[in-house]
Amino acid sequence: MSSSDSTFKRFIEVGRVVLLKSGPFSGKIAVIAEIIDHNRAIIDGPTTGVTRQSYPYKHLTLTPLTLAKLPRAAGSGVIKKHLEKEATIEKWDKSSWAQRRAATEARRNLNDFGRFGVMLAKKARRDVVRKTVFKAKKST
Amino acid sequence: MGLQEFQVIGRHLPTESDPTPKIFRMRIFAPNEVVAKSRFWYFLRQLKKVKKANGEIIGVNVIHEKKPLKVKNFGIWIRYDSRSGTHNMYKEFRDLSRADAVKSLYQDMAARHRARFRSIHILRVIEIEKSADVRRPYIKQLMTPNLKFPLPHRVTKIRSTFIAHRPSTF
Repeated sequence: MSSSDSTFKRFIEVGRVVLLKSGPFSGKIAVIAEIIDHNRAIIDGPTTGVTRQSYPYKHLTLTPLTLAKLPRAAGSGVIKKHLEKEATIEKWDKSSWAQRRAATEARRNLNDFGRFGVMLAKKARRDVVRKTVFKAKKST
Repeated sequence: MGLQEFQVIGRHLPTESDPTPKIFRMRIFAPNEVVAKSRFWYFLRQLKKVKKANGEIIGVNVIHEKKPLKVKNFGIWIRYDSRSGTHNMYKEFRDLSRADAVKSLYQDMAARHRARFRSIHILRVIEIEKSADVRRPYIKQLMTPNLKFPLPHRVTKIRSTFIAHRPSTF
């Protein structure tokens, strides 16, 4: 099966960067090193702290990133080299998906005082917007 | 629960006519040591004139997988009692360890043939080293070079488990 005649954009394949959805490494990204079967793959994240292990696709989300030249069943060292050469981790951190996740996580971890600060900041922003809108309306 | 591979060693008790009885060793797949010893006696009394009442277990050890992070293809020969007779079978599994492959075999036999643990005998488990020796198409298709496939039909869980919402049936 070639990918050109498929409407899908993300595939389970060797070198695909995946986001872990559950378990102790949940929220981290890793790379598919080898496909075991139609339900599981061996994943490895030498630079993200994910140990090499078998993982079910059910608990993975595919990202648009891949390491295109990664050979099948590559060891942790080889994967690390490829990750650093293609700067995949930086690409992921820069993506809006990762930034959105980080922002949500930061907002969730706020304490009550932090949420109060957010409320004040939002009020201040609202104030600026309303004032400028009022001025703009008056001038026309 | 997963299975473990045990090495069980046992023999007939020494008697006056035979002071040094032959020692038997078996590799048994079982959930724990107790079941492993029980299965050892079950198989041994079918094969030899030794039973638990006049025998002893010399040792039980767990056999660990040498490379538990390498994907291997396993061939498993089994004998199982169906509702109408006894059959021999050969199946292939792609897994990380022998014990995991045997666990998937029991699951597969339960699913396809409603076979229980008690009605399956594992005859032989081998690792298929050459990919040309793989016989089954369902394993061959996973060994094609540059294998890739999409994950269609991904249902994301958005709302909490404890909020009432209409069922989605697709």
